[in-house]
Parts: sequence; structure tokens; C-alpha cells
Amino acid sequence: MLAGIGRHYAGIALFAAAYLLVGFLVSNSYYQLIMTLVLLWATMGLAWNMLSGYSGLISFGHAAFFGLGGYTMTLLFVKFGISPWLGIPLGVLVGVVAGIVIGIVTFRLRGHYFALSMLAYPLAMLYVFEWLGYQEVTLPMMRDAPALYAQFSDPRAYMVIALALVVACMLVSLHVERSRFGMSLNAIKQNEPAAEAAGINALALKMRAMVLSAGMAAAAGGLYAAVQLVITPQSMFGMLISAQALVVSLFGGVGVFWGPVIGSAILVPLAEALHAELGHILPGIQGVVYGVAIIVIILCAPEGIYWRIRDRMVARGMEKPAPPAPRVATEAALPLRPRGSPDKPLLVLDGVRRAFGGLKAVDEVSLSVVEGAIHGVIGPNGAGKTTLFNLINGFLKPDAGDISFAGSKLAGLKPHAACRLGVGRTFQVVRAFPRLTVLDNVVVGAYVGASSDAEAERNACAALELVGMADEQAGAVVHGLTIKQLRLMELARALASRPRLLLLDETLAGLGHDELADVLDIIRRVNGTGVTVVIIEHTMHAMVKLADRFSVLDHGRLIAEGPPADVVKNPAVIEAYLGKKWMDRARDPLA
Amino acid sequence: MELQWVLIDTLQALAAGLLVGGTYGLMCVGLGIIFGVMRVVNFAHGDFMMLGMYAAYYLVTGFGVLAFLGPYAGPIVGAALAGPIVFAIGWLLHRFLIAKVTGARVVAAEAEGHYAQIILTLGIALVLANGGLILFGSLPISVQTPLSRQSWELGEILFNQARTVAFALAILCTVLLYLFLARTTLGKALRAAADNPIAASYVGVDVDRCHRFAFGLGVGITAVAGGLIASTQSFQPYIGFDFVIVMYAGVVLGGLGSILGAFWGGLIIGVVQQMSTLVLPYQLQNTAIFVVFLLIVFFRPSGIFGRVAERA
Repeated sequence: MLAGIGRHYAGIALFAAAYLLVGFLVSNSYYQLIMTLVLLWATMGLAWNMLSGYSGLISFGHAAFFGLGGYTMTLLFVKFGISPWLGIPLGVLVGVVAGIVIGIVTFRLRGHYFALSMLAYPLAMLYVFEWLGYQEVTLPMMRDAPALYAQFSDPRAYMVIALALVVACMLVSLHVERSRFGMSLNAIKQNEPAAEAAGINALALKMRAMVLSAGMAAAAGGLYAAVQLVITPQSMFGMLISAQALVVSLFGGVGVFWGPVIGSAILVPLAEALHAELGHILPGIQGVVYGVAIIVIILCAPEGIYWRIRDRMVARGMEKPAPPAPRVATEAALPLRPRGSPDKPLLVLDGVRRAFGGLKAVDEVSLSVVEGAIHGVIGPNGAGKTTLFNLINGFLKPDAGDISFAGSKLAGLKPHAACRLGVGRTFQVVRAFPRLTVLDNVVVGAYVGASSDAEAERNACAALELVGMADEQAGAVVHGLTIKQLRLMELARALASRPRLLLLDETLAGLGHDELADVLDIIRRVNGTGVTVVIIEHTMHAMVKLADRFSVLDHGRLIAEGPPADVVKNPAVIEAYLGKKWMDRARDPLA
Repeated sequence: MELQWVLIDTLQALAAGLLVGGTYGLMCVGLGIIFGVMRVVNFAHGDFMMLGMYAAYYLVTGFGVLAFLGPYAGPIVGAALAGPIVFAIGWLLHRFLIAKVTGARVVAAEAEGHYAQIILTLGIALVLANGGLILFGSLPISVQTPLSRQSWELGEILFNQARTVAFALAILCTVLLYLFLARTTLGKALRAAADNPIAASYVGVDVDRCHRFAFGLGVGITAVAGGLIASTQSFQPYIGFDFVIVMYAGVVLGGLGSILGAFWGGLIIGVVQQMSTLVLPYQLQNTAIFVVFLLIVFFRPSGIFGRVAERA
């Protein structure tokens, strides 16, 4: 996964060298200050991008970390005479702690609620700091040992420090982008439930992104305060701070570490120049610039400048799209997990209940699935089949009853933990990661069962092999796949985690006749490797041929269970589900 | 004796809370309409309220166009006129900007579709707030009316006259709006578009037109509320960012998607804000609202009256 990273190191080194050169050639101290500010806002943008760009959770509140970093440094300096050299790292620590606390509270929320709540934190802190009486805090001048207190008469010193900070943040971002962590965040961004079901602990990863993000923002805030020498609640926690972090990232390019740097390099000088020229007659001109920039970018190039230019270059053939990395040849079959003896119960449900308001979606369901079986769950629409799956793999908690898997308790575990234990699943409506290739979709599923990235890739290839997705399909983007290919890809993603139990939710739905036969063969082949399969299905004829055993649900209740031949003759099943037509054909059900 | 003063203070804060809450309720109704019909989180909503405040200010105090109505009727008419002015601004912004990233397509889409409109309305908020700073200056001002310095007394409890009038008018506007939504064809079309935009378009409702009207109506109503508040407190162009949290707290409390619920949510937020001054320093009253807001989204994201639970 780290292939081609050297090119980016070279790019970053070139950027830093060029910036230093220009910085030392510029003699005007005002321009030098602007060059420092560009770097500080690029750092702030990288901080925003770390959380919101990679994981897709939009934050309107990064001023909270920026302000805490700045105020921590300043107050330590003013009250205790602690040098910014120590104060800024301590500010980062405070920012990180705030990030963890805010994360614990706010990661329970999604979408609008997350964005709105993040907006509330810095505004609340702004009032608290005003109330505490820190309306305007000035750093004392240390004339005896200025360098010891990060006070330099030459503004280029600040620029060098800011450059070091931004390069550090770029390197961290680059490594995140190229790692399993970044790939998993990307999967969360594109489809969180699917990522969870594929064994990704979304909460833990978002928290890691938050810690990195808050730390970067606090560092930027601390250094900003050291450069500006005077801070106010409005200049540290104000809405414009959060907005600027977001705007430079979106403008430059979301989800890529060059983005915030490009955005900041264009917007910060523009806003500062306008402010310097017109600030006395047009006091809010900076905010207007950022507002207009964000409106234009969202209407014209919603992914940002970086991606727009890159698409152009790819279109002209100047730069090839990242070639599909040479894949490891797959001689090895998918490694299996240790299994219990066949025909012992693997999954046992005992009196499981779940209601939504007054609706009993799953009502006192008890069943057991033996190791190595193909177990069919059938029933009319709304019978509670998918709810049953959601209870088993942890999307829902049962109101009552027990679920055990291979002898350990499954009920109440989160989806990623269930996946870790060996429960894989697919979805009724395919939940793909639409912007990843087929192979990467499956690789994301393989992380949970692999200790290294290479192993994850090997397992993903083996899983694709098992479902018969040829190599030429592996590099395709999910976008243009057929239903069958999507379903097989999802099956491969579930398989890549090396499950003992596979929950297939209407995998056969929407397939043509020939496709159906193919997929049935593949499911049998998967089962042949020792994976236990529980499958939800409507098409009875296909199921009769596939499953060893049926459970029939109706209105949340289990109305029949047994071998297919018995179940299809059961009067209650015929009444609830199969109907009279089936009766007429039932004389020869296995035809 | 001691206890009696505590009681009076509490009642006084409660009365102030209800009066303030009435106007907050109206504001929240405006925001609730936009979210309910369009499923759009409008971050610029507070700034439209700010525009309403300045519209009322310039009509009444600044240019004195309404001076002939006298110090009592003038502010009321000014607040009412802020509605159509901001309606027009909202209508135009929707027509040329917001419609590009919203509509029936987005209502049905998952998180990805909302991303663009959240960012876009943030951009609009930045332009309005900072543009306001350029146009109106940063000096805090308010609509001048003798009512704001007079009170009616009920026993020991004082009712600020400007706030009481604003409260009564806010209730009146809410009732009128409710009747409009419940009784008129356009109101019913709006509710249909809110309920199911796809189905509404099948039965001949022009969903895009509904959205444009809803956006104008939503910001217009909030502008009226802003115009009413403008005579009870001072304001500056950045006031929108504070109020956007106040409004969202109310709307979420009432339940995202419930228009009448938004009114009750706003009323409760007003009470919380004023009651918080009993135990907290005055500067922290908005911090109290943020805390309440976080508690609501944390423990009861579907609100008290709401049906839409986005969290899961």
C-alpha cells in the first residue's frame, strides 16, 4: 500500500525547499507574515481534513481545538512564565483531551446533528473565556532571552517553525492516506454500516482521526498565538476560524493532503491582501472572500481544485491514473478459521425478541444452525427476516433472549466485534464502497482477519477467486457493476474476513435465470470450504435446491422449522407464505 | 422572606423566558418549515434573522420611513415588513444558489447529498454576516421604541412591554401560519411536498416551486421574529451565529420535521435561557443553551414531537 510514496516525499521536500527559498528572498516583513499565515491555515486545513475529509464527518467546530491550543500556551506563558516551546506541546495535549471528550459525546451523532453539535463547542467556549475575563490577552515581551520564549525579531523564524509544523502534518496525513487506517476511514465515509459489518471498529478509528485532528489544530492555534502576540476569544474560537479550516480544505481538495495546502496558498494571501487594501472601509472583506470561495467551489468543483486539475491531467494523458498495483498471485486458498466438529450447533438463538414501538418485528424466535449447514430463512415481506440478521450481527440489540455463536455470547456485541468472532454478512440492498475498486472493497473486508496489509490483500484475492470474479474485474470501480457482480463482490468482502458463519440477505434477489444458477453454485462452493451459511430468500424453488434446513418466519414468529421437504408441506407455511398455487405444484416440489 | 424573593425571582425569570420564548418559537417555526419541507439544514438561518433585524431597524429608526406611525405602531409594522423583504431575498438565493444542490433528489439521498447544501449555506452565512459588517457596521444597535423601557406589572412580576408585544405578535403569526398550512391549497401542497416529495410530484405538486416558496417563507417568518426581537435587544451583524444554535436547539427539541413542534421547542429554549440566569452568570446564558442542545441530541434526537430520527 505504500507503493509510490517516495514520489510524495519528493513532492513535499520540493515544496518545503521552494517555500524556504521564496521566504528568504522576500524582504517585506508583511509578506513574510502572510507566508507564515498561509502555513498556519494550511495546518488548520490539514487538521480539518484529517477528521472531516477522510471520515466524512463534517466539523464546523475546529476552532474549539485551535482556541484551546492558543489559550493554553498563552495563559501558561502569562501566568506561569512557561515558554511557548513547552506551552505549545501542552496546548496540543489539552486539545487532544478535548478532542477525546468531544468525540465520546459527539460521535454518537451523524450527519446534520454532528455538524451542528460541533458548531456549538467553540461558541460555548468563546462565552466561557469571555466570562473568565480573557477578553484580550497579550504575551509579555521577553527581551532578555527572546529565542527561549519563541520571540524573534526576524519574522522568517516563525515561517520556518510553521513550515516544520505543516510538513509534519503533511507527512502524517500522507501516511494515514496510504495506510489501512486511512482506507478504513474511507470505507466509513462511503458506507458506515457496511464498514462496521466488515469488521471495522468505526468508533475507534474516528476517535483516532479526532485525536490527530485536534492535536494538529491545537498546534496551529498555539503557534498562531505566538505569532500574533495578542489573542481574543473571537480571534481564537470565532466562527471564522472553524470556517477557514473547512474552506481552505474544500477549496484545495478534500481527502488529500495537498488540498488544504493549495487552498490556503490561494485564499489566505487573497483575503489578507484585500483586508490590507480595503479593510478600513470594508471590515468584513475576509469573511466575504471565504464565503464566496466556498459557494463557488461547491457549485463548480465540489471536490476542490486538486481533484479538478488531476482529472484534467488524467484526461489529457499527462498523468496516468494510479496503475493497478501488481497483485500478488493467488495460489493459496482462503485460509480457514479453526472449526468445531461438523453438525454441532454453531449459532443458537433462544427466545429472541425485538420490537419497534408496538410492532413485534421478531417475537420469541429460537433456532439453531449446525456447523457446515446451509440454513434457509424464508417468509413473506415484513416477516422479520432482515431484523433477525441485524440482531445476529449486532446492528440491533435484542429486547430479550440470547444469541450464542460457537459457545460465546453474541447478543449485544457491536457489528465489528461480531465480525471479528467470525460472523460475516451481506445486505438486502448491496452496500458497496462506491468509490473504491472491487479489490479494495474486498481488502477492506479482509483487514479484520489479517495481521498485515499484504495478508489482507492475499485474502481478498483468494475471496474474489472463490466467487469467480476474474482479475480484470478486480481493478474495476464499483460504479458500473451489474447486480450479480455487486452481490458477488459483497459476498467476497464478507468472505475475506474469513468468517465461520455467513449471513446472506437475499443474495439471489434480482438475478436472471442463468445468473441464479451461477450464484447458487458459488454459494455451494463457499459452503464446501466449511463456511456455515444462513440465507434469506424469497424464491422458494431456488431455496429448496440449496438449503439443508428451513426456518419460516411470519409476523416475527417462527412458524415452522425443518428439512425443506417437510416444511413445504406444512399447512401453516402454505397458509402464510406459499399459497394455494404452491399446493398444486407441491406434489413434486423438488422438480 | 428570603424564600419569597427566590420565588419572585424564579417567576420573573419564567415570565421573561416565556416572553422571549414566544419569539424564539416563531423563529424556530421558520427554520422548521425549511427543514420539514426541504430537508435542508440552513446554516444561514440566523443571518436571515439578522437581515430581518436590520430591515426593521432601517425602516423604523435608521431611515425613519415608518416614523409617521409613531413610536408604538412603527416597530410592529417594521417587523411585519421585514418578512416580505427577507422572503424576496430568500426566494432569490434559493432560485440561483440553493436550488442547485437541493430538491427532490437530495431529500431522498443519503448523507452524501446533504454535504453540499450544508457547506453552501455555511458560505451564504459567511457572506451575509461579513457583508452585513461592511454594510451596517459593527456597532450594536436596536430599534428604538419607548415600550422597551416600560413594563406592565402583575403583582410583583414585571412584563417588559416591548417583549410582551413581541410575544403576542409571535403567537399571532404562528397561529396564522398554522391556519395557512392547514387550510389553504398552497399550504397543503407544502405539507404534501414535505411528507413525500416524489409522491407529491406524481399528483401534480410542483416540488421545486414549493421548495422555493418554503425557503422564502421560512426565512421571512424568522425575519419577522428578528424584527420583533430588534426592539427588545441590541444586535450586530454577527448575531446570526449565536441564534443559529438557539434555533436548532428549539427545532431539534421540537423534533426535526415537526413545524408546530418547533414552536414549542423554541418556547422551551427561551425559558431555559432566561431561567439559567438564576444560577449562571449572565454571559453564560447561551452556553446553557448549547449544553441543553447537546443533551437533547444526545438523549432524545427525535425530539419531543418529532418523527424523524436521523441518528440511527
